[in-house]
Amino acid sequence: MSTLGQFGLPVPAVPEAPELGAYWAAAAAGRLVLPRCRQCGFVIWYPRNFCPACGAADVEWTDSPGLGTVYSCTVTRHGPGRYRDVGPYVLAYVELDEGPRVMTNIVGCAPEEVAIGQRAVAVFDQAELEGQGPAALLRFRLVPTDGEDPTT
Amino acid sequence: MSRRGHARIAGVYEHPRRVIKDRSVAQLHYEVAAGALADAGLSFADVDGYFSDGRTPSLSMIDYLGLDVRHVDSTSIGGSSYLAHVGHAMSAIAAGTCRVALITCAGLPRSRRRPEFHEGTPESAFEDVYGTSTAGVYALAAQRHMYQYGTTAAQLAEIKVAASHHAQYNPNALLPDKVTVEQVLESPLISDPLHRLDCCVVTDGGGALVVVSPEVAAGLDRETVSVLGQAEAPKHSANGRIDPTYTAAAWTGPRALAEAGVNTADIDYASIYDSFTITVLETLEDLGFCEKGKGGQFVTDGNLISGVGRLPVNTDGGGLCNNHPNNQGGVIRTVEAVRQLRGEAAPPVQVADCELALVHGTGGRIGTRMGGATLILGRDAA
Repeated sequence: MSTLGQFGLPVPAVPEAPELGAYWAAAAAGRLVLPRCRQCGFVIWYPRNFCPACGAADVEWTDSPGLGTVYSCTVTRHGPGRYRDVGPYVLAYVELDEGPRVMTNIVGCAPEEVAIGQRAVAVFDQAELEGQGPAALLRFRLVPTDGEDPTT
Repeated sequence: MSRRGHARIAGVYEHPRRVIKDRSVAQLHYEVAAGALADAGLSFADVDGYFSDGRTPSLSMIDYLGLDVRHVDSTSIGGSSYLAHVGHAMSAIAAGTCRVALITCAGLPRSRRRPEFHEGTPESAFEDVYGTSTAGVYALAAQRHMYQYGTTAAQLAEIKVAASHHAQYNPNALLPDKVTVEQVLESPLISDPLHRLDCCVVTDGGGALVVVSPEVAAGLDRETVSVLGQAEAPKHSANGRIDPTYTAAAWTGPRALAEAGVNTADIDYASIYDSFTITVLETLEDLGFCEKGKGGQFVTDGNLISGVGRLPVNTDGGGLCNNHPNNQGGVIRTVEAVRQLRGEAAPPVQVADCELALVHGTGGRIGTRMGGATLILGRDAA
């Protein structure tokens, strides 16, 4: 079940993963939190409630400004499922300044404007799903190159 | 325990059809099994080990085929599964737990759409939700490789050109027509930089392998080939630090070559899994056929074309032109290597004095998580 969000791309219902409640609650509030291992300091992605680097079940959820750099990107013409008919869209890895490379979409610009090496910032794509309440999905937009701080 | 020389491939079969609307998947498993057993000169009653990727559950298939086996393996690492099965069969035969191993692959992805990939996995809420088509995820690897090493779309296209050159001699190939670099670049973009002609075909059908002990092989009339080395490895997203510019071949190639006691310069023919052109380019680098990052130069000027270049690759036309049944091409890559070693490839693409072949399988997606497996096969007696 999904609906189209503010950028014309699908936003799915929040998955049933009770141990990741902290991540999804923050997402619903428009905040990015990253799971970080209290034992070894590793910043984990995709989110898990244990550390796949050292095995410890001792994870804290730390606030992130959501800033990073485009590590790779591609314009997909026809995606799978709900993405088949949404028009060309950007699938990308953004490398967060904290380290993780995050699979995402770059939105809010023409697809051909996106290139490896550009700065990007998190934006939560909010949507209301009929009968299932609010949903939010982490996407990114490019940081303007005129020096304006996009986080303010 | 040394496995080298403990197993021989005695029978292979590639289903001749590419579009199949009048068969079930289970019936195709039977047809490819029967074909490979007949090729070896063996019967279903001889089979004591069964290997498949488990998409059709192994218990169902063993029951369906009426097999009486004492060794079962359902390892599923995408298109590389069947190369893992060959290694597992080699280990099982060396350990004495089976003597005649049957490996089957079958599917109908061209005629029947399967459910979306990876639904319900722990990563799906952080990946599939972004529209991760298979081509899109491979494209992420290709884009990064181009960024880091200067690889070009025209160089990727050379891989398709070589495959199409070979496919013209394969009457069963889905796409038997030769294409040029320009035709690849002018075909529709699917996900930059991958064009439609950078992508493998989607075909119905399948294939099978029969791996036997040297003692069984000695009693057969058929020429068999020796499994000299094998290695497999999964490569994953590294907890969010993925580097998609290299593949698991960087690990499996050296291990398989070491087990066989040979190096890349000794290889007469290579079957390289070609889900996309970028898959071949990264794999050739990772196996050590050229320096990392120089794959684009390596594949140009027909270097992968039999009789023309230094390394004949995928002389049946590969997944790019010939066949990619069940969306998993590893079994067919192995079949063509066995044909080359037996001197049974199409005459215009048969490698002269082909004694040593390398097969590499890639499963899953090199842009996220993948399986890799390498086989070294030899024509020499065990």
